[in-house]
Amino acid sequence: MPAPRNRLVVIGNGMAGARTVEEILERGDGANLGITMFGEEPYGNYNRILLSNVLSGAEDESGIFLNSLQWYEDNGITLRAGVQITRIDRYAKLVYGSDGTTTGYDTLIIATGSRPLVPDIKGAHRPNRGFHQGVFTFRTIDDTRAMTRYARDHERAVVIGGGLLGLEAARGLQQYGVAVTLVHAAPHLMNQQLDAQAGAILRRNVEALGIDVVTDAITTEILGKEAVSGVKLRDGATIACDMVVIAAGIRPNAELAATSGFAVERAIVVDDQMRTDDPDVFAVGECAQHRNQVYGLVAPLWEQAKVLADVVTGANPKAAYHGSRTATKLKVAGVDLAAMGLVTPERDDDEFVVYSEPRRGVYKSVIIRDDRLVGATLLGDVSKVSFLMQAFDRGLPLPEERIKLLFDIGAPPAEVGVAELADTAQVCNCNGVSKATLVKTVQSGVRTLSGVMDATRAGKGCGSCKSLVAQIVEWAADGEIEEDPSASWYVPGIPLPKPELMAAIREHDLRSVSAVFAALAPEGADDAKSKMALTSLLRVIWNHDFVDERDARFVNDRVHANIQRDGTFSVVPQMKGGVTTPDQLRRIADVADKYAVPMVKLTGGQRIDLLGIRKEDLPKVWADLDMPSGYAYGKSFRTVKTCVGTEYCRFGLGDSTALGIAIESRYQGLEGPGKMKLAVTGCPRNCAEAYVKDLGVVAVEGGRWEIYVGGAAGAHIRKGDLLATVDSPEAVITLTGRFLQYYREQANWLERTYAFVPRIGIERLRAIVVDDTDGLAAGLEARMEEAVGAYRDPWRERENAITPGQFRTALPLTVLPQVPVR
Amino acid sequence: MSAPATTEAFRLGQATELPPGEGRAYAAGDVQVAVFRTRTGRLHAVSAVCPHAGGPIADGIADEQVVICPLHQHTYELATGCSRTGQPPLIVYSVAIDAEGFLVVQIPSG
Repeated sequence: MPAPRNRLVVIGNGMAGARTVEEILERGDGANLGITMFGEEPYGNYNRILLSNVLSGAEDESGIFLNSLQWYEDNGITLRAGVQITRIDRYAKLVYGSDGTTTGYDTLIIATGSRPLVPDIKGAHRPNRGFHQGVFTFRTIDDTRAMTRYARDHERAVVIGGGLLGLEAARGLQQYGVAVTLVHAAPHLMNQQLDAQAGAILRRNVEALGIDVVTDAITTEILGKEAVSGVKLRDGATIACDMVVIAAGIRPNAELAATSGFAVERAIVVDDQMRTDDPDVFAVGECAQHRNQVYGLVAPLWEQAKVLADVVTGANPKAAYHGSRTATKLKVAGVDLAAMGLVTPERDDDEFVVYSEPRRGVYKSVIIRDDRLVGATLLGDVSKVSFLMQAFDRGLPLPEERIKLLFDIGAPPAEVGVAELADTAQVCNCNGVSKATLVKTVQSGVRTLSGVMDATRAGKGCGSCKSLVAQIVEWAADGEIEEDPSASWYVPGIPLPKPELMAAIREHDLRSVSAVFAALAPEGADDAKSKMALTSLLRVIWNHDFVDERDARFVNDRVHANIQRDGTFSVVPQMKGGVTTPDQLRRIADVADKYAVPMVKLTGGQRIDLLGIRKEDLPKVWADLDMPSGYAYGKSFRTVKTCVGTEYCRFGLGDSTALGIAIESRYQGLEGPGKMKLAVTGCPRNCAEAYVKDLGVVAVEGGRWEIYVGGAAGAHIRKGDLLATVDSPEAVITLTGRFLQYYREQANWLERTYAFVPRIGIERLRAIVVDDTDGLAAGLEARMEEAVGAYRDPWRERENAITPGQFRTALPLTVLPQVPVR
Repeated sequence: MSAPATTEAFRLGQATELPPGEGRAYAAGDVQVAVFRTRTGRLHAVSAVCPHAGGPIADGIADEQVVICPLHQHTYELATGCSRTGQPPLIVYSVAIDAEGFLVVQIPSG
């Protein structure tokens, strides 16, 4: 084997040293380097951060090893485990080992890390014996093993230090049945990362786990000669215990560098290339001081290791480390905590938004400076942590309503950082579209949201991911998103927003979908994607007074049933208010028998669904049922769910069943831009789920009814807004009619009320629908009256098919033979 | 293109039974075919089963250019069978109306 060109020596086999070597190997330079690593600990390399998990038993010791001894061998690395370097001769380029050896280097990396800071406490040490038996630090795997062993047959522990490590140690020790008291010198826990208010809530959370906490407490002495018997505090108080863990911070291991003549302040001083004042010697990790910062966390170390590897291998000699913005997460079971950046606002014009709920142990705050996140604390609820970390790290634009930084409000939680989302993350859960697919589509040149949605079908299932899709498209296009002119159109094939489209249809007296295309579409071209919406719109405008072209309907509306995955259909007869009769049930059962219906299922809308009906059987099924259609297939008024109300329920305040049936009888089958699901519930216990319906009615004390609109409990969850409280069922029916008609006329295609109501605003809606400030109410009522009058049960088409082959099968329901390939 | 393969002709049914703008499914021997008559009167025949999840193409909404599968809205060009939504293509067959008003489709044989 030829002598390596470059001898690389790494002092330190901890996370920084090993990570740097991994990065170097990744750059394919391992063969050119003869790598020697010195490690004090006689092991391969392990993840020190996870020692807390080993202590708490959440992880097995073997699970935290990063690189086995085999790994060193496989990569041609000489590992000198258990050998300490005592001196560096930077002029002769030699390092001296504790075993008497000397090793020459061309490049040297110092990654000596840090060691526990042990305050000067009387009795912590025994002369010539190191630590008092029963006194531990918490840094290495040996520390962890010793502590674990000792804790098993001891009963009371004092942990000195209420920072990250102290808390993790305290919680971990509890697993061994040890009663733990946490003694902290500062006035509140984790004072490096938290303000006093958050610290106080954290204290409550920690105490709730059964850990005693003493703050403002300087430990002056560890008591007990042979065995530890307690600790003494500066105020004279003593705490009895039989073991002590010191977790009071860390101190960089910089002495070796200092005595070898390198520039050392708090740690080894390095430049942006991680180089010390010797051009061939570098330092990385907790022993390095960069731009006056010494880091004790792992994330900066990863970044430093990358830069160092780039520089050392020559992969990118200009690579530079600019410092890290650090965030802390506490790994203590039962306490969720994340903190980053500033602890308290520093300038007069720093924005400081705080939410505090001590009883639940929740505290959230953000600090914003010049529209950038500069600090954040999440305690007890860390659901927003990924977005905040990303905003903090990359200076992302922040929502105008700052409260959205702390909570997901109203809209789907789409504001999580799209950049942070993994490529494989599934964005559209209906159609299984990943972030990578969306990005690839944008990169292939599609620069509009609708273009990407068309190409991938993302957002075309339930639609609840649409805003996330939009954000990813925007992000992937890197600002080069093209304004989507069609975004404001009612349908993609006709360049008009809904009000203009409706006006044009009326003005030109367009009475069929093909007439609308001929008059209004570019070059008169028809568009399959627009047909269903136009059919619906024409029915809203003309009721039945238009030419109903069946090809412009979706298959569900052609055959008045909901198509299923195998090409069969589901049949849901009307069951007003969810009330049925033995006679209806008998007929349904007979139909299920006669047509061998594979599944009979109760629906969420209090009806009965017959699934697996063949298309050609639909007319016969309807005839045998002799019940009207339940419209469980259209963008239309679906059903009114009710509870048993006053008739039987002892809590009922209003006759919800009767009102629900009345509403359904009046508005049954109305087409609209989206589904309309309603409910009437007889008291605020809300058994009929009226708060989460497109329109929900709730009976309240005093014979009054509350009307909620814009609720949803599907892919999107939203509690409806209170539109009005009225004092008669008649008023409910009137306002329901006005609201539904306004929605039918104003909402965009497929825009459910949960989006429509917030878009218009509940106050504005109330003004129009309830207070009639715009004088629209009479017109809404009149047009609704016409629509109601035009109701016809579509299942009557069983008597006369409208088109030839309307109910002919479109699929053989058996497995197809292989289609010949050209 | 490879050498023209021999085809077999199948009568499917009366053309008048195919309403304008709509599609209907037919069996041509072992082959399932969806035939569409566009609003301007053009005829297209494609394989009847959506390659994505087996949806019934004949139940799809169509225009002069494309048909949209009713199950998951995958879109296919009627003239070429190519998907505009990233799916494998439909197979395109030649279709015409014969002297007696029947739809006739040509299915490659062998």
